[in-house]
Amino acid sequence: MSKPLGSFPGGLKLNGHKKRSTQSPIRKTPLAKTLILPLQQHIGAAAVPIVEVGDKVLKGQRIARAEGHVSVCLHAPSSGTIKAIDEQAIPHPSGLNAPCITIETDGEDQWLERQPVKNFRDMSAHEIRQIIRDAGIVGLGGAGFPSFIKLNPGVHHDVETLLLNGAECEPYITCDDMLLRERAEGILDGVEIMQHALRARNVILAIEDNKPEGVSAMELALAARPQLQNTSIMVIPTRYPTGGEKQLIQVVTGKQVPSNGLPIDIGIVSHNMGTAYAVGRAINHGEPLISRIVTVTGTDVTHAGNFETLFGTPISELLAFAETKRQPDEPFILGGPMMGFNLSGDNLPVTKTANCILVGVDDAAPASEPLPCIRCGDCATACPASLLPQQLYWHSRAKDFDQTRDYNLFDCIECGCCDYVCPSKIPLVSYFRFAKTEIMNQEREHQKSDLARERFETRLARLEREKQEKEERQRQRKAALAASKAKKEKQEQAAAEADTTATENKEN
Amino acid sequence: MGIFRISPPFLAGANRVTLQMLQVLLAMIPAVFAMVYFFGPAVLINITLALAVALASEAVMLKIRKRPVKPFITDGSAAVTAILLAVAIPPLAPWWLTTIGVMFAIVFAKHLYGGLGYNPFNPAMVGYVLLLVSFPLEMTTWLPVISLSENPVDFMSAFQLIFHGETSSGLAMDTVSGATPLDAMKTQIGQQILPEYIVNQNLFGIFGGLGWEWINVWFAVGGLYLIYRRVINWHVPLAMLATIFVFSSITAIFAPETTGSPLFHLVSGGTMIGAFFIATDPVSGSTTVKGRIVFGAGVGALTYIIRIWGGYPDGVAFAVLLMNMAVPLIDYYTQPKVYGAVK
Repeated sequence: MSKPLGSFPGGLKLNGHKKRSTQSPIRKTPLAKTLILPLQQHIGAAAVPIVEVGDKVLKGQRIARAEGHVSVCLHAPSSGTIKAIDEQAIPHPSGLNAPCITIETDGEDQWLERQPVKNFRDMSAHEIRQIIRDAGIVGLGGAGFPSFIKLNPGVHHDVETLLLNGAECEPYITCDDMLLRERAEGILDGVEIMQHALRARNVILAIEDNKPEGVSAMELALAARPQLQNTSIMVIPTRYPTGGEKQLIQVVTGKQVPSNGLPIDIGIVSHNMGTAYAVGRAINHGEPLISRIVTVTGTDVTHAGNFETLFGTPISELLAFAETKRQPDEPFILGGPMMGFNLSGDNLPVTKTANCILVGVDDAAPASEPLPCIRCGDCATACPASLLPQQLYWHSRAKDFDQTRDYNLFDCIECGCCDYVCPSKIPLVSYFRFAKTEIMNQEREHQKSDLARERFETRLARLEREKQEKEERQRQRKAALAASKAKKEKQEQAAAEADTTATENKEN
Repeated sequence: MGIFRISPPFLAGANRVTLQMLQVLLAMIPAVFAMVYFFGPAVLINITLALAVALASEAVMLKIRKRPVKPFITDGSAAVTAILLAVAIPPLAPWWLTTIGVMFAIVFAKHLYGGLGYNPFNPAMVGYVLLLVSFPLEMTTWLPVISLSENPVDFMSAFQLIFHGETSSGLAMDTVSGATPLDAMKTQIGQQILPEYIVNQNLFGIFGGLGWEWINVWFAVGGLYLIYRRVINWHVPLAMLATIFVFSSITAIFAPETTGSPLFHLVSGGTMIGAFFIATDPVSGSTTVKGRIVFGAGVGALTYIIRIWGGYPDGVAFAVLLMNMAVPLIDYYTQPKVYGAVK
């Protein structure tokens, strides 16, 4: 076991409320009649359907292909018939619809023939990445970035450390905790593959100290796997937001990722524990990513716990399975209470990034009108990025976006620590998101107008050039005309002179 | 419990502006009692009057500015301003003096700048300085400590003096008033009397001015409680007190005939209330960690400079206001280094 080398400024000690959902083992959510699969469940370009309405599909069959570089494939989570390919409601804060593939399941749950890899160590990193991309694997910690890209450090980078993020710092969420307790073996399968693909010199499995059961399960599994070299477990202090990639890196290595940079710039690649598990399933068992563990918890949930759920399963069915005291249309949280978002309708599918469904919280933030900022600076003390939220707030409110950039708005990770401690209960993160969106819109507008101006200027230059060329041609033509005229005159003159001379000669 | 917010985070800590203000009020209680002990019940009459005027002004201004009255009147900020000003005014000051000061603080220094959170200057200190420059006589007519007073003022007489100018037995203000230790120190040093002789007079106590030393100690105790409860940070008080200590030590070493001892300066006049309760006002002070240290050091330095070379016996109010002006500059140049900042 290794020891943390650093810590980050600020952060919060939050009441974890984790016990609520760790009392029973992971359960399987019953197969739903209809599975709705949004084509975009990851960061990047949406997948493109390769099936048609009416097609029969088997469990694990690819139904949409990756489009472009930053994209992954999508698979049928169970066997059945494609019922529709159209716009459906998706779990997104905007509440807008998006293209989805709807499958009517046949209850057989029949697999497509799986093709496990016998020995991944015989494969090149490129081949492994290709399988992971084809298996539709994205970061399961919440952001959903295609994992194969993060397994490609590029030729100019050496990977010093592969960091497995098992911090799970947000209150209530326990899906990684339960995965560690029950499937540490499976996680290590994936870790081995990732280490091989990245040629990482060492591996650190970072777990917060509020998960002693998970840590001991992992210790056992690790001890039984001598082939996994230079790998250690690091138990890190429980503090929110330790699970933030940048914060975790600072805790584990004592180093900071440069602003606007990536972890690979300092030789680190980090992946979520759940992602490692999915990689292991894809390579060693030939199973694409078609399900995930979802924590269903909260003060209004009767049988809180973790549920292995097929993608596309309606949240309503998952909630019904866990039993809740939730009223119809009562808002619930998708994700954690600090960084998740709220939804009110539950006829929405579980997607790759749905780590937690939270119905009812203790210490809920009040909806009351905020008081003015009194500049107490508690937010700055809590900020893990060492920003000055009180100043950012002042300038965001005044829509003075240049100033917000001067105060490093884009280094804000939106963890919500500032909001949490604010004595005036100002929704600071909302202000910062607003400012970020406005700045990005302005930039787009700028680019557009720059392009238009460039076009206009090019056109002016072209017209000017054409005009000059025309003038030049005219001048040349005039000159040529004048020259030929002069030549003619000269000839005539010469002829006349010759005549005169002849006459003179005659006369002589 | 359901969720109420429409955007994350959905959790909130227990911290509230009102709770912070209540803590500040609580922390002032020991020192206020010490003042009552040394200067009599007049202090309480002053505080009550100031509170009434402050809350009334606050309510009227909120109404005029079309702001909700309840959340702001209950935030406690007006009460804090009122008490800070009330304990800085001489206990037997006429009622109109307190009224003008408090009204000016709330109406002009606070609400005309936008109310809670928007005032660039410390409202209590603006009120205090207005009174000090407009009514210097009334503002420097302090009561002697009860044990030194030939005519201790009881509650009824204090009431009559404050609201009527004289007691029913014909006792007027100037017959009961006396100089503060800081006054005495300044005047007598001006008369070439050595500080070591000055402190032997009965106006002085064990390590500072009689009575004042303990009032300062109790303000410090209250202030430490606020630091313990994380209502204020340690940066401003420590920087201010350290600067006063260093400056007075330097003067005491190189020109002992011009100043009282460093300890005397730490427990005299407004030093402790200034360090823990006035300069720590978050709204008008610096908001960065380094900035708070600069701000506190500035207040300490200016306080001491005004005490020794300025025209007033104490300088906390001027020092705070002068440093308030420098806050935007301080804040700008003391931004912390953000995560991952590239040099």
